[in-house]
Amino acid sequence: MYETSTAHVTPSQTVGPFFAHALPYDQDWELVSETHPGAIEIRGRVLDGAGEPLPDALLELWTGTSGPRGALRRKGVGTSGFGRCATTPEGFYHFRTVRPDGAYMALLVFARGLLRPVLTRIYLRDEPDPLLDMLEPARKATLIARERSENVYEFDVHLQGEKETVFLGA
Amino acid sequence: MNIHPPYLSPAYRSTILRAPAHPLVMPKLGPDAIELTGPVFGHEEVAPLDHDLTRQHAGEPIGERIIVTGRVVDSGGRPVAGTLVEVWQANAAGRYAHKGDQHPAPLDPNFTGAGRCMTDHEGRYRFVTIKPGAYPWRNHHNAWRPAHIHFSVFGTAFTQRLVTQMYFPGDPLFPFDPIFQSIPDDAARQRLVSRFDLDLTEPEWALGYQFDIVLGRTPMEA
Repeated sequence: MYETSTAHVTPSQTVGPFFAHALPYDQDWELVSETHPGAIEIRGRVLDGAGEPLPDALLELWTGTSGPRGALRRKGVGTSGFGRCATTPEGFYHFRTVRPDGAYMALLVFARGLLRPVLTRIYLRDEPDPLLDMLEPARKATLIARERSENVYEFDVHLQGEKETVFLGA
Repeated sequence: MNIHPPYLSPAYRSTILRAPAHPLVMPKLGPDAIELTGPVFGHEEVAPLDHDLTRQHAGEPIGERIIVTGRVVDSGGRPVAGTLVEVWQANAAGRYAHKGDQHPAPLDPNFTGAGRCMTDHEGRYRFVTIKPGAYPWRNHHNAWRPAHIHFSVFGTAFTQRLVTQMYFPGDPLFPFDPIFQSIPDDAARQRLVSRFDLDLTEPEWALGYQFDIVLGRTPMEA
C-alpha cells in the first residue's frame, strides 16, 4: 500500500495553450440537447487584467448531479451534469444546460498562465445565500449572471482587474 | 504547505495579467455544496484504443516508444478507481498537432498526441505513447520547455480536479523552466518527475516510466 498524506499531493501545472486537440469533445458544451424543455444558455467571455479576452481558456461546468446524457460521450436524451468549452479566439464560451437544482452551478477555468485552475460559481439570480451574503455588493455582483433574454444568461470571468471575479478556495 | 504553485509567478510571464489579485474566498462547504461532488464517467465513454497514442493512425509514429503508467490515489492513499485520465503532448520533434504551434519542427502524420483512459479498481492507468521532444516557447530569451506530458485527472469531487504535467528524469532544462520552477517546494516539484522502470520496460519494444498521482482536497488552495 502507498503511504501518502497531503504532504505528497501532486502539484498543479498550467493546462498550456495547446490542449485543443485533446480536451474538447463532440457536444462538450451541450449538457442538454437543443430541443430539451427548459434549456438555458450561459455565455460570456474570459478576460485578463488588461481586459483582453483569453483565446486559450478551457471552462468546465458542473451542475451537481450526473444525469443520463453522459459526461463525455453524449447520448441524445436527458441532461448531463458536466460540460466543457474552450474559448474562441475572441475569448467567448457558451454552455447549453438546464437550471440547476440548487442556487448555482460550479465553474472551473483553466488557461495558459493559470498554474492552478480558478473555481467560481454562476448564480442565475441574486438571492439569500451563505456565500453571496458574505461578499460586498461589487464582489457579489461578479457571481450573478445577467439575464439577456428569456433563457439566455451572460457571465463573464475576469481573472484580474477592477471587476475580478470572486474565486473560491473551497 | 506550498504544494501547488502560486497564481502569480512572474518568471512565467503569462501569469502577470492572469493571476487573480484578490485572496480566494473560502466558503463553508456544507453537504449540499456541489463542489464536493463530481461527474461520474462510465467505461463506455472511453474507447479501447484511446490509451494507445501509437495506434491512432495508419502508420507508426516516429520517436521513442514509451509506456507510462501509475496509480491515482487520494491523500489518504486510497485508490481513485473509475476516474478519467486524459493526456496530451507534443510529438517526438517537440511539436503539437495544434494550429497555434508555430515551432518549425516536423509534424508527424501518425501522431496526434492525445489519449484517454479510466483508472482500474486499484486506481491504475496505462498509456502507450512516444516520448515528447523539448520545444522553444518565447517566454524569455532561449526559453525551452523540458519534455513533458500534460495530465488531466478528475478525482471524485469537483474540487479535486487536477491538471498537471509529467516530466522525464534527468532533464537538463529543469533549472531553466519557470513553469516547472513555479512549484516552490523542491520535494513537491520532484513528484512531477516520472521514474524510469526497467521492469516496466518491454524488450525490443518500449521504455517504461512510472508516474503516480496523489489528489488532494483541492488544487485551488495554496
